[in-house]
Amino acid sequence: MQRFCNLMDRIMAEDNVDRGKRRFLTIATGVAGGVAGVAVAVPFVLSMNPSARARAAGAPVEVDISRIEPGMMITEEWRGKPVWIVRRTKEMIDSLKGLDQEVADPDSRMKMQPEYAKNEYRAIKPEYLVLVGICTHLGCSPSQKLAAGAESGLGDSWKGGFFCPCHGSKFDLAGRVFKGVPAPANLEVPPYTYLSDTRLLIGQDSKGA
Amino acid sequence: MGKFTGWLCRTATATVKWIDERFPLTANWKAHMSEYYAPKNFNFWYYFGSLALLILVMQIITGIFLTMHYKPDAAQAFASVEYIMRDVPWGSTIRYMHSTGASLFFVVVYLHMFRGLLYGSYRKPRELLWLVGVVIYLCLMAEAFFGYLLPWGQMSYWGAQVIVNLFAAIPFIGPDLAVWIRGDYVVSDATLNRFFAFHVIAVPLVLLGLVAAHLLALHEVGSNNPDGIEIKKKKDPNTGVPLDGIAFYPYYVVKDLFGVVVFLMVFSAIVFFAPEMGGYFLEHNNFLPADPLKTPPHIAPVWYFTPFYSILRAVPPLFGSQFPGVAAMGLSVMIFFLLPWLDRGTVKSIRYRGGIYKTALALFVVSFLVLGYLGTAPTNVWGQFGAWLGHAERATVVARIFTLIYFGFFILMPWYTRIDKTRPEPERVTS
Repeated sequence: MQRFCNLMDRIMAEDNVDRGKRRFLTIATGVAGGVAGVAVAVPFVLSMNPSARARAAGAPVEVDISRIEPGMMITEEWRGKPVWIVRRTKEMIDSLKGLDQEVADPDSRMKMQPEYAKNEYRAIKPEYLVLVGICTHLGCSPSQKLAAGAESGLGDSWKGGFFCPCHGSKFDLAGRVFKGVPAPANLEVPPYTYLSDTRLLIGQDSKGA
Repeated sequence: MGKFTGWLCRTATATVKWIDERFPLTANWKAHMSEYYAPKNFNFWYYFGSLALLILVMQIITGIFLTMHYKPDAAQAFASVEYIMRDVPWGSTIRYMHSTGASLFFVVVYLHMFRGLLYGSYRKPRELLWLVGVVIYLCLMAEAFFGYLLPWGQMSYWGAQVIVNLFAAIPFIGPDLAVWIRGDYVVSDATLNRFFAFHVIAVPLVLLGLVAAHLLALHEVGSNNPDGIEIKKKKDPNTGVPLDGIAFYPYYVVKDLFGVVVFLMVFSAIVFFAPEMGGYFLEHNNFLPADPLKTPPHIAPVWYFTPFYSILRAVPPLFGSQFPGVAAMGLSVMIFFLLPWLDRGTVKSIRYRGGIYKTALALFVVSFLVLGYLGTAPTNVWGQFGAWLGHAERATVVARIFTLIYFGFFILMPWYTRIDKTRPEPERVTS
């Protein structure tokens, strides 16, 4: 470095040198090279984004819900994620009201659902709950603990819902997150629409069709 | 001298001379081996640097041979690993060498770093040596993380899912960043394919360069020693050789070879008799193929990440975001970078430090081990406290206490190292 500096000093001391022009050319060359370097990096960085094939794979999924017994749920795959469809019984639906004090976002203020599912049941029809089965904490898939009571392993006061095995987050039967667990938000409701009374289309709003 | 040996010697000498006129072979051998003087009082803790280098070489070699049979494709990855285990001749041995090597790499590196804490090896003039070492440690974590996805088992999949989602917790750019890292909206074939590229070429190349830089920095400043004093201060006036130094070759080469033999005995015992180490080196759930629709009932990272994972779980969400926990976990690793400037002690080695530093270091080791254990277990492992603590989970409360101790070791260091009562360092190294 010292040798380089000495050389620069010697060059700068020469009389017949237009220093302003030289400085301009040096800086201009440096900037042009820097811009070129960043431009070359762009394709490499962008190549890591989802490919056209990965983006196209998000097509909507059609589901027959007539086969779900009351109080049971099925799991479908949409965009590589589990989507749960729970057929709630009347007791399950009635139990939600009593939990408003225990859940973090009882009125679904955070945008974790489409507008048409922003209600106390977080669903278009109260009977059918549709959720993305991915914990809003760090992306594990919670286990179903639909039955109320002590046999769930979550205590006598458990009203039924979901329990994430990774970090212990708990959700009720509307996918609302309980207070004091790691997950910060309610489970996501995907866009969906009813094609008929027994057929659901997951991944598409009715107005977007 | 016999006719043949005489010819051999003349030929060898001539060959070396021929090379030396074109490449600094002898000069480098002298600078880094036969005339690199290391303190003569190295002890047990000084085995782990050379052992780490040995494991790096073994991982590269076993890795190359695994690559010959492995398929980085979500549809074929799991089956190709089973194929290696069952059908490839000696395939299971090579894979177990690679998986055992990964765990032992961290054992050796943790002991190597602990040596630095014991003897103040990060202190002036070795700050840069330490910084390069911490970067090597970070690369090693990345390498282990990328590699763990490749078998495409349940733990591979959900472990990657959780770790990539840590980045999604970063405010504003997080969600897009996570998609960019995965190359998809969930962990998928695209993720597996790029993690393969990182694991087999990108990170190993960087690691090799960093290891070279680590050794060059070491040989520039010279090794520290258990007394924490500079042997370069007392040199033989005629030769300029440190009075307390001995040549790395042959003395420490032979010493390190002894360490290698003992290490390989332990290594072989694990490879042949306990390659899964009861689920700690290879987790049971990873023998099930990845299922994106079902998380295993209990997921935990491999043991070497669990202290940091415990810290992640210990920090509660604030303001409706899990970012504080993620930030605490990141900080718990990054804080090692600051060590050279946090330590204000007048001596380097624990031999001459006072009771305060010894207590602080002991507490740090205990917190590292307890957090490490808790990270392998579910949060309800110790049950709950009674109503007086709001039925809080015992393990979570303990993890929070030890997280505070962990950070306290670093954050309070400038203060407690300064008031610690130290003893004077000796002039020359002791035995």
